[in-house]
Amino acid sequence: MLLITCPICGPRPEIEFRNMGEAHIARPTPEGTSDDDMAAFLYLRSNPKGLIAERWRHVHGCARFFNAVRHTVTDKFVTVYEVGAPKPDLAALAADLAADLAAREAGR
Amino acid sequence: MTPEIKRVGAFEGLPAFPATSRVKAVPTGPLARILFRGSPAAAASVSAVFGAPLSTVPMRAGEAGGRAALWLGPDEWLLIGRDGEGEAILAAIAGAVAEPHSAVDVGHRNTGLVLSGARAVDVLNAGCPLDLHPSAFPIGMCTRTLLGKAEIVLWRQAADRFHIEGWRSFAPYLLGFLAEAAREYA
Repeated sequence: MLLITCPICGPRPEIEFRNMGEAHIARPTPEGTSDDDMAAFLYLRSNPKGLIAERWRHVHGCARFFNAVRHTVTDKFVTVYEVGAPKPDLAALAADLAADLAAREAGR
Repeated sequence: MTPEIKRVGAFEGLPAFPATSRVKAVPTGPLARILFRGSPAAAASVSAVFGAPLSTVPMRAGEAGGRAALWLGPDEWLLIGRDGEGEAILAAIAGAVAEPHSAVDVGHRNTGLVLSGARAVDVLNAGCPLDLHPSAFPIGMCTRTLLGKAEIVLWRQAADRFHIEGWRSFAPYLLGFLAEAAREYA
């Protein structure tokens, strides 16, 4: 079973968690925001092949929300961080991940 | 004429748990249970009047004088006392905490049982994916988790004794699940 590290409870089984969608999406004020921009806020998500910052909730544990960077292909959780913390540099994390993989390949 | 009201335990009328020398499950009977939510400062005020300390260390239970305070989240604790103490605990909390908080009596929503025996860990692990080795889940640790499809609060009271809190409507499922898992250790 996949283990997800809750910032409060530590590594816990994945079934205790709920994915709550992409993180760092700020709601614009309706006044002065065009319909297109409002629709984009509501419905458009990045849906990348690679790393994505997401909101997760440890619903069957401490019940707290946190953010996590996950690889959408391998399901690897690269890092977790508290709500309110700035968004990590996904490009840098992806480069670290690629370097790590290359080092493992070289060591094999 | 006042209609007679009879209190029926959640486990009454259910098939008995097949107790063996290696594992048994015993319902706790009625208990007072308060779900308290508030800041750590408010929790410290509650600790003073409740008796058992409200832990600020994650996943730790405080126990004293027949009462227990189980950490559920950074601002959430489950307070357990003897049956009938609920009103008094609520009043004590209301008097001790000035800042905004929430204290709700969930004594009739929850029900509890104690699973004990040398095989208690194996029976639990049939439906609970947590690592229950003493190094990862020591005595005094408590957490919300899952047993099969039902949410429970699991509290290790001794090396081979666990207190399981679940919602009363899940009682037949919880007892049935544990009984099925225990068949292996008959």
